[in-house]
Amino acid sequence: MPKLTINGIPVEVERGTSVLEAAQFLGIPVPTLCHEDGLKPYGACRLCVVEVGTPPRTKLQSACTLAADDGLVIHTHSARVERARRLLLELYVATCPQSKTIQDLASRYGVREVRFSPKSEDCIQCGKCVRICAEQMMAGAIGFAYRGARRKVMSPFRQQSETCRHCGACMYICPVCELRCHGPQAESTLCSGCINFAPACLAYHDDAMCFLDPCAACELPGPFRKDVAPRPVAASLSPADPSGTRK
Amino acid sequence: MRASSTLIATLSDLRRAAARGRKTLLPKQPKILVGMATCGLATGAEEVFAALREEVERLALPYTVAATGCIGWCCQEPLVDVQWPGKPRVTYGRMDARKARELVRGLDKGELKAEWAIGLLSAYDNPLTGARTRLARKTAGVDGVPRYQDVPLFRHQVRWAMRNSGIIDPRSLDEYIARGGYFAARQTLAAMQPAEVIEQVTLSGLRGRGGAGFPTGKKWEVMRRQAATPKYIICNGDEGDPGAYMNRTLLESDPHAVLEGMIIGAYAMGAAEGILYIREEYPLAVTRMREAIAQAEAAGLLGDNIFGSGFNCHLRVVEGAGAFVCGEETALIASVEGRVGEPRQRPPFPAQRGLWGKPTCINNVETWADVPLIVMRGGDWYAQLGTPSSKGTKTFCLVGAVKNSALVEVPIGITLRRVVEEIGGGVPDGRKFKAIQTGGPSGGCIPESLLDLEVDYESLTRAGAIMGSGGMIVMDDSNCMVDIAKYFLGFLQDESCGKCFSCREGLQRMHEIVARISEGNGREEDLELLEDLAWMVRETSLCGLGQTAPNPVLTTLRYFRDEYLAHVREKRCPAKVCKQLITYRIEPTLCDGCDACVHVCSSEAILGEKKHAHSIDNAKCIKCGACVEVCVPKAVVVE
Ligand SMILES: Cc1cc2nc3c(=O)[nH]c(=O)nc-3n(C[C@H](O)[C@H](O)[C@H](O)COP(=O)(O)O)c2cc1C
Ligand code: SF4
Ligand code: FES
Repeated sequence: MPKLTINGIPVEVERGTSVLEAAQFLGIPVPTLCHEDGLKPYGACRLCVVEVGTPPRTKLQSACTLAADDGLVIHTHSARVERARRLLLELYVATCPQSKTIQDLASRYGVREVRFSPKSEDCIQCGKCVRICAEQMMAGAIGFAYRGARRKVMSPFRQQSETCRHCGACMYICPVCELRCHGPQAESTLCSGCINFAPACLAYHDDAMCFLDPCAACELPGPFRKDVAPRPVAASLSPADPSGTRK
Repeated sequence: MRASSTLIATLSDLRRAAARGRKTLLPKQPKILVGMATCGLATGAEEVFAALREEVERLALPYTVAATGCIGWCCQEPLVDVQWPGKPRVTYGRMDARKARELVRGLDKGELKAEWAIGLLSAYDNPLTGARTRLARKTAGVDGVPRYQDVPLFRHQVRWAMRNSGIIDPRSLDEYIARGGYFAARQTLAAMQPAEVIEQVTLSGLRGRGGAGFPTGKKWEVMRRQAATPKYIICNGDEGDPGAYMNRTLLESDPHAVLEGMIIGAYAMGAAEGILYIREEYPLAVTRMREAIAQAEAAGLLGDNIFGSGFNCHLRVVEGAGAFVCGEETALIASVEGRVGEPRQRPPFPAQRGLWGKPTCINNVETWADVPLIVMRGGDWYAQLGTPSSKGTKTFCLVGAVKNSALVEVPIGITLRRVVEEIGGGVPDGRKFKAIQTGGPSGGCIPESLLDLEVDYESLTRAGAIMGSGGMIVMDDSNCMVDIAKYFLGFLQDESCGKCFSCREGLQRMHEIVARISEGNGREEDLELLEDLAWMVRETSLCGLGQTAPNPVLTTLRYFRDEYLAHVREKRCPAKVCKQLITYRIEPTLCDGCDACVHVCSSEAILGEKKHAHSIDNAKCIKCGACVEVCVPKAVVVE
């Protein structure tokens, strides 16, 4: 069993555990956008970077993709890490200004000013939808196309996918909660589910076999979120949420 | 293809093949060689070759006309060499079909056409055997034609990896063997333990030529220790940096050197299967390698039971689809496995978990080609050149604002000044040197004040650049450093795989800011913002692309900050490149009204009658610069 230290605390975890999971085990909140329990680690959002090694030879690596290994020395909240996360979040807010998840994270990290021009993209390409579709829904109906600045999530050849069952898992898992979900009114960019806490999508798409379980709207426990106990809606989005992720 | 169908299984078989090779390499009859690598073909070597053949046949002369690889004298392509027994080999530059025919007719009459000759080669070395091939006893030859050792381009070169480039026919296995090839492989399989091979490679101090400079011996040792099987080896021929073509040339000019290196490596690491990953944009390199593999297989040099040793090694070519990021080793593996070419986190390193989850050693083309040399001559011999931390030689593509754009191989530790001023012949057209960009798109721009830097991995990194795979782009005072930074950012934002938010979005934003500066809309705070962003992209990105992508911006900001400030504060582009910040004007006192500019201007922006001074309508002018090029009295001025 690998032994490592995180923020000076020694910890022993099972082989195969990631540094992120080890930190979470110790109750240390590491912000994430592309990590989800039950999905393969992806390492795209870069928000979970931690400082690895002992000075002066340290580097930042994403905790979610880094395997906990013997002798690793990790700092999850060093000045360098915090600076990097702040800059990342500033860039996230500029890219997806309408996302509440991102706004909350940014405010927690003290981002007070955004120096980049706002873009209003509805996707941060965290790949959660792609992974849940392939790994949990066994559909693989969507994927990434193109590379670099042109990269985007889409169904093959932009056609309505034959393997898509309209399960809605992609919408459910989206941390910016705008992806593909345009709410009951096509012209509104926000899924009103996460604002009104009413299952708007279900009412609108009568053919949708909705897996939103629990959906941000109804907050009922379900097979995918055993960790979520039924609790008052207001608490789940309170800024004091220590994990920094949407619960 | 002259596939040698005879089996080569013993030392005497090798010697016989070498004897056959020597006959075509140094025939008793005159031999005419044409450089037929991609660089030669692009400038018309094929026509030259056909013309030479035709003329030789028409006159029924006993000359052989043969193809060879590239000797690296790029600015003189197409190159033709005449090798007359007992005389120095004469190199002719900038040949065409007409000159080729005339050359043959001249040769028939005993004329050497000294006016087209650019170099005389009276002997060349073979680093593999330490032998020297003497072509002529007397070095004095043709009047006014310099000897290779006096040509500045070649004087400082040491051709180890490129030992056969431009000498052998890349399609002749026998010629490769005649130059000492496959003797190292035989020696390895017959008389060395894997650990001994790795010991020599470690001793040589060889470091990966693909850019990162990881000690090759160390990587091989990690591989050898892996218990999992099968193990794989990969030759990384993805080379996607703009302006760099070292690997392509080597693959096309000396394919067997790479194969031999891989056979030796496979043996040392306990691998039996290997892949040559070559980008699809290198069709000739792919063809040459496939031919070479087929030849080696037919001769028993690849496949099962090589040299009767019981050792098996199978190699094949996989074509890459031309993504720059697929040169990164984990993305390359993904691409070979048929997945999207996106890098993944290391560790685990490919040597631990690589292709199909098995231990995999990836080395650069040049790294592999250096291996036979090390086995043959010993690690300490290889380590005689270089600096304390980096040994041997390195190939570089010297391009841009230099008189001799060329593919050169120099000892590591040579100063940049020597490369630029002596080998490259300095900056042409009376312009002034401004910077040299090393390491490809994510390298850095090094200013004049650092030209005495010795080229090795550490010194370049300290200067903010990287060694990379060996691109060197020289820039003069007509280059705007803001524009250069913008160009490289544009390349990188397209070539980033786009997985990391930091790299994908960060590079787009950096490009946006630099573009804004180049358009005169920059603010002073932008420089700090750029540095913040650059820092973040470098620190938080997953792979080497993102981690080095900010280098062009960081180095230009570090060494040419005043140029950024001129764009920001004075809205002025000192090099007169950034279109939004310049205007074209016709100086009336110089204009003779010839109308040439009127004809080339695609936006009809030039006003004025013939024979009278013209003027430019700035509202219509798109600043393409076409008028500047055609104006004989140089009346068009850029302000
Ligand atoms: C974006 C990127 C592009 C790369 N391109 C190449 C390449 O074209 N050729 C190459 O040999 N190595 C390339 N590398 C380096 C490889 O990842 C790897 O380090 C190298 O092939 C190892 O071989 P070596 O030890 O012989 O250098 C690239 C790395 C990065 C990050
Ligand atoms: S750093 Fe850039 S190129 Fe490398 S994995 Fe991340 S996004 Fe892809
Ligand atoms: S959570 Fe680790 S990179 Fe996104």
